Amino acid sequence: MANDITAKLNEKFGKSVEVFEKTGKRIYVNVPDKVKALEVVKFLFLDENLRFSIASGVDTREGIEILYHMADDALGRMITVRTLAEKPRPEMPTATAFMDGALWIEREMHELLGVNFPGHPNLKKLLLPDDWPDGVYPLRKGE
Amino acid sequence: MNIFKWGLKKSPWVFHLGASACNNCDIEIIDCLTPKFDVERFGIKLVGSPKHADVLLVTGIVNRHALPRFKRVYEQTPDPKLVVAIGVCPLSGDMFRDSYNYVMPVDKIIPVDVYVPGCPPKPEAIISGIMKALNKVK
Amino acid sequence: MSRESVIPIGPFHPLQEEPEFFTLKVEGEKVVDIEARIGYNHRGIEKLAESKTFDQMVFLVERICGICSTSHPFANVMASEDISGIVIPERAEYIRTIIAELERIHSHLLWVGLAGHFIGYDTVFMWAWRHREPVLEMFERISGNRNHYAMFKVGGVRRDIKKDDVPDLLKTLGQLDSFNSMITNAVLDDPVIHARLKGVGVLSKKDAINLSVVGPTARPSGIDIDVRRDHPYAAYDKVDWKVIVREEGDVFAKAVVRLLEIGESIKIIRQCLKTLPGGNIDVEVRDIGKGEGIGVHEAPRGEVFHYVRSNGGNYPERVKIRAPSFMNVASYKHAIIGESISDAALILAAVDPCYCCTERMAAVDCETGSNVMTGQDLIRLSQEKTKKLRKAL
Repeated sequence: MANDITAKLNEKFGKSVEVFEKTGKRIYVNVPDKVKALEVVKFLFLDENLRFSIASGVDTREGIEILYHMADDALGRMITVRTLAEKPRPEMPTATAFMDGALWIEREMHELLGVNFPGHPNLKKLLLPDDWPDGVYPLRKGE
Repeated sequence: MNIFKWGLKKSPWVFHLGASACNNCDIEIIDCLTPKFDVERFGIKLVGSPKHADVLLVTGIVNRHALPRFKRVYEQTPDPKLVVAIGVCPLSGDMFRDSYNYVMPVDKIIPVDVYVPGCPPKPEAIISGIMKALNKVK
Repeated sequence: MSRESVIPIGPFHPLQEEPEFFTLKVEGEKVVDIEARIGYNHRGIEKLAESKTFDQMVFLVERICGICSTSHPFANVMASEDISGIVIPERAEYIRTIIAELERIHSHLLWVGLAGHFIGYDTVFMWAWRHREPVLEMFERISGNRNHYAMFKVGGVRRDIKKDDVPDLLKTLGQLDSFNSMITNAVLDDPVIHARLKGVGVLSKKDAINLSVVGPTARPSGIDIDVRRDHPYAAYDKVDWKVIVREEGDVFAKAVVRLLEIGESIKIIRQCLKTLPGGNIDVEVRDIGKGEGIGVHEAPRGEVFHYVRSNGGNYPERVKIRAPSFMNVASYKHAIIGESISDAALILAAVDPCYCCTERMAAVDCETGSNVMTGQDLIRLSQEKTKKLRKAL
């Protein structure tokens, strides 16, 4: 039944997405275009009624790889949407436009990885102290 | 021995000062109140403000954000006072000592009278630690 | 803007002297807005994990939270095992289930005590925590420690459950069952508790979905999700139990869900102990392999999520940890706005944030901008409201 979502994604987004079914329970969707990636997340959240489990970022040479982990509780699988926010100034459109669940994690990714989310209502520090030096992102490699 | 110290020894009022702890030590401290250990029968009372405290029980690693407030609480606690460090975290940072948010062991921030290692130390060890601290009072 | 002075607050009498985590803005008796500022517990664990081996990491994540200290290792080892699809022995799956459910019992009992204290039923606090002790003693028998049991590892579990321990475990479960039935019936019948908790701090289903809350913050609002049933793992699909869902979304529903879940956990453990298969408790794991893995587990507070990425070496390249409270605590705002200040402490407690987050609350008067009350005052207000209600009934 994993073919179901793969087929739907391919049909709706065509060449912008590349669906990789690692197992029946773990599906990864690569969407290089950031704006399209967020459209995929929106589709999964609003149309497919998946639950937003969390987002995560990884510092790579090309940029900050951002993953949106969507939980399909009905079928017992996780669908992870992968995209890239390029350096030197990584930016990602905000998911809070349609999903309040992203409010805190975008703040966290902002302060720990240095990703900007234009449109986020409150991109203040969440975890780090107020006097933490600007421009120092603890989760970036080499810091 | 003056009356304050006598009062302290007979019925120590304890304030729990936790900073960046995982809460296991904190729960074990609260556990001391529960029927199995029931420290109130020894005269040990947990109070809600450092201004009323004789003994400070310190837990956690005291991260960068918590440090200034932590110091302020110590300063607000009136003398004579004792500090008991509960758990491995205030001693050495435990496995968090390499973290970017860790600052220094607690005894470099405030003077510590008794160390109770453990992760977490059992309630018996905590009570024993408080008793050892009280024995220091002359 | 408002002048906020640093005031110590906590959910309990060991109050913690730290600045506000939540600042409640009040107008008269009503809460009109809240602001959250955390960071007093941030220890940089995700970064630390990158310098630990996969086995060492399990001990590290265990100390994220003391109350759900087994949930993080559980999700963490499942994530590492997910990378290359490591399959563990059946006996290990059952032991993992037993430990996880024992933790759920001790955590929910802790919460019952806390909630009892908030509404002024201190006897409930003493009883609930007294009944937690046998659970902690069971943990000590099985693992050697009352808390931080270090039972999980990649490839299985680290210690076995001895056959000789099983009859005592079953006996303790029997005692817990009686206590739990008693307290559940008491809550369901007591008119003061009904008056105090019903209709208070309602989280609507729509808000709950939009915020993506999980666990006993989602289920009382009509959202039928539970990782144990939806993404089956360990032995959850081999035993008979049910997911507890309520529709009202208020504090009463949250209390009932947790109490009934204790009953279900007891059921699960009993079945696991009776049908515990023989065999090994672990497999040898030579290396983790290259790739990424996700592990999800239903912790006492909801879904805990771990993501582990490996580039084939001895250390993880990236570890993402998301505790259930991260999603749930945000729902406090939606549940508290418009409510009376005497319910503030209780509504936060109903979300059951990991204690680390619970501690800090202060209330600021919008007009004068000065702090009007501390968290201890808020708890006292909550207890007084109960007294008033009792007199009225």
